[in-house]
Amino acid sequence: MVRRTFCHPEPAQRGEGPVANGATSVPHETDPSPSSRLRMTAFLALALAALQLSAQSVILNNNGKKPTVAIRNAMIVPVTAPVCNNCTIVFSEGKITAIGANAAVPGGAVVIDGTGLRVYPGMIDSGTHIGLSEVDSVPGTNDVTELGDLNPNAFAAVAVNPHSNLIPVTRINGITSVVTKPDGGIVSGQSALIQLSGWTPKEMVIKSPLALHINFPRLRTASFDEQPQDEEAEKEARKSYSEQLDKLRDLFRDANAYAKAASARMKDVNVKRYDRDVMLESMVPVVQGQVPVIIHANLERDIRAAIKFADEEKIKMILADADDVARVIPDLKKRDIPVILGPILSLPPREDDPYDLVFTNAQKLNEAGIRFAIQSDDAHNARNLPYHAAMCAAFGLPKDVALKAITIYPAQIFGVADRIGSLEVGKRADLFISDGDPLEITTNVKRVFIDGEDIPMDSYQTLLYKKFSQRP
Amino acid sequence: MKVPMKVTMRKLALAISLFATAAFAENVTVIRDATILTVTHGKIEHGTVVMRGGKIAAVGPDSEIAVPAGANVINASGKYVMPGIIDTHSHTSVEGSVNEISLPNSGAVRIGDVLTNEDINVYRELAGGTTTALVLHGSANSIGGQSQIVKWKYGRPLAEWFIPDAPRTIKFALGENPKSSNFRPPPGIPLQYPATRMGVEEVIRDSFLKAKDYMAAWDEYDAKKKRGENPIPPRRDLMLDVMSDILRGKIDVHSHCYRSDEILMLLNLSDELGFKVRELHHVLEGYKVAKEIAAHGVGGGTFIDWWGFKAEAYDAIPYNVALMDRAGVVTVVNSDSDELARRLNLDAAKSMKYGGLSEDEALKLCTLNGAKLLRLDHRLGSIDVGKDADLVIWTGHPFSTYSRVETTFIEGDVYFDRAKDLAMRVELAKEKRDRLKKEADEEGKNKKGKKEVSNG
Repeated sequence: MVRRTFCHPEPAQRGEGPVANGATSVPHETDPSPSSRLRMTAFLALALAALQLSAQSVILNNNGKKPTVAIRNAMIVPVTAPVCNNCTIVFSEGKITAIGANAAVPGGAVVIDGTGLRVYPGMIDSGTHIGLSEVDSVPGTNDVTELGDLNPNAFAAVAVNPHSNLIPVTRINGITSVVTKPDGGIVSGQSALIQLSGWTPKEMVIKSPLALHINFPRLRTASFDEQPQDEEAEKEARKSYSEQLDKLRDLFRDANAYAKAASARMKDVNVKRYDRDVMLESMVPVVQGQVPVIIHANLERDIRAAIKFADEEKIKMILADADDVARVIPDLKKRDIPVILGPILSLPPREDDPYDLVFTNAQKLNEAGIRFAIQSDDAHNARNLPYHAAMCAAFGLPKDVALKAITIYPAQIFGVADRIGSLEVGKRADLFISDGDPLEITTNVKRVFIDGEDIPMDSYQTLLYKKFSQRP
Repeated sequence: MKVPMKVTMRKLALAISLFATAAFAENVTVIRDATILTVTHGKIEHGTVVMRGGKIAAVGPDSEIAVPAGANVINASGKYVMPGIIDTHSHTSVEGSVNEISLPNSGAVRIGDVLTNEDINVYRELAGGTTTALVLHGSANSIGGQSQIVKWKYGRPLAEWFIPDAPRTIKFALGENPKSSNFRPPPGIPLQYPATRMGVEEVIRDSFLKAKDYMAAWDEYDAKKKRGENPIPPRRDLMLDVMSDILRGKIDVHSHCYRSDEILMLLNLSDELGFKVRELHHVLEGYKVAKEIAAHGVGGGTFIDWWGFKAEAYDAIPYNVALMDRAGVVTVVNSDSDELARRLNLDAAKSMKYGGLSEDEALKLCTLNGAKLLRLDHRLGSIDVGKDADLVIWTGHPFSTYSRVETTFIEGDVYFDRAKDLAMRVELAKEKRDRLKKEADEEGKNKKGKKEVSNG
């Protein structure tokens, strides 16, 4: 059997250490003595303090000013309208006020000469853990995975750290908003769409809850095999699979009943009181169709089961990850289910898959007219989002569509296209200035504006670069 | 009895690869009218490369290079040719675990003994232009196993993957992995020394000191024998044999490391004990001590992106490559990943964005510099006459995210070709269908047969 690299590996699992063989964290084997426990506590406190120092960004944040800005003589790429060469874009109070060759520059506006430069709408990453994770291997810095299988009441927006060092690292490459999502279990929690600037989680939230996230139960014994290895293992796998499905169905059944009870009592106070339940309460907007469900499923069998589940429960479904998406196109098309693809820079799930399976999915959806967006499914390296999209373009997706998959398409799928995702008068001034096509690695992002605010082009990494460039 | 599908499919893939290889094996192949990125002598527009006998026989502008009679000519108008990509940090094709996890020093074991030529990721890497790799032991031990330099000759017997004049190499590891910071051993395997960076240093120091005693004992034995005495030979120790060969300069040290303090620790130890470090791997804080690394003549192989996955990777910056390269460190981008190994060209390109390396400097990061660190620059890493014909044809500049590999050659033979790959998919799908049907039919027959027996 060959060594397998996991499809969506954490970097620490990529063959570069003992962790490659499956990290198992076992609690301390012996119960420490009181004195050693005390020492341990002191040590932990110190360690946490030290980490706190390193894990908190001291990078300057947005300054709260939303000046009137005019970028002149630039190539403006609105995404939803044709490219405008030698044009001007004006924004004020955080909103775009004019775009065009003859757009007037208001008096008192800050004028930026855009000669030789381009202006794009800020990119949107449809799936990250930004703000929830600082150092993967240090549990104290991670708030991605709650205990247990069912956590619909875990809200990402509650735990976003606005001062994470990941935020400036990501935004200075032109990514201005991201979906940040919990992970793990069967129902992981509810994600938020956040802008990558702000002093409090509330200032960062564009939409929360954005979606409920389900890791759809998978029927297999090894992560890569389509079929279990032997009969005993198959039996075991089937049992655990149906148990997980039952849990999921029960949750939705209970949530429906809860929603019914709640609405009945709301209409008539004489209806019997019901016990409040935070978990079921968090499900009410989901079962009432106000909050969509992002179902993470990768292989054909799981995707089909997920679609069937969504049909049964009448869920507003968005499919995510979905390496086998090309095999279920008619089913998605019939139901108008949008898809979040990615990470694109990942290996095909099976040994005999075409080497470019993951790269070609976007174009197949594009040809079929299925709505889709692209995610990095990353945290630290979400800055590479445009290169995930570019790889799809290298394998057939038109370049302008690749750009849409990380701008206007996610905005449409998440119901925020009236605010972000393109350069249009009246929309938020989430945009960046670059010296070329942002999907090319060699392009440099020069300036970033989020909600009209001028974002400092520094990060923890640029400061380290400056510091050590000056080492004598 | 069910035949696991993956085995069947793997064999099919092998058959395809062999077929593809045979097509050009006997011929002289000429690539015409391409933009040639030679790495050592600039870019040739409308250029020609002639491959003969597995070597580059000629390279230059179309106007100056004649096409030999009977040559197989590839018109590469608008396309780019670069040398095969070299990945100095791979675990692809290792069968089973990459770590002999049981000892702080497991230097006696050899990765070359546990390679398989059936790992599909090798083919996927060829499809990303990678042709040569240093396949390393894992980083669970301060001194891990010996590593293996191979060419990705997918579909050929493993013996042909090994490069005859490649040096012997060994993996060292510093920091969180050898001190088991993020890891508990599986049941049945005890906790292992060391648990600190102090202990890591001690393991390495102790191993070398023991090796020095061991060498002295053998020297004494040899001297006595020469004098005609009849001495008792020292006990052979496979680990100390290896450590001795490192001290003799016969084995190159490739060391996993992250933090600047541990990097300096190893460099200091090498000065003190008289061994040489060839390449520091990952070396995420190399930029903090770049001048010390350069002064020791040690190379650096790093990631551009990965940071924050461990505490010791928190200060990793994408500018590391540029800062080390500028300080005079022979720097490479390497993968440590079956996935990343398919696009090292793009990691090289990132050094232009992060730190402003020139295109020529950036190109070397995934070609010539790797060849140098593997001591194979006399045959790999650039497009020069006499070097191995390990070449990649791209649809556009390999630093453009929109480019794709068309064809990958190793020693003049085709190991990946996109057009062939696309054609073979149809055949593969048909063969898969047929085999599954045959299998189902046979199962049906067996069941029927059993029934008849029981009825009888």
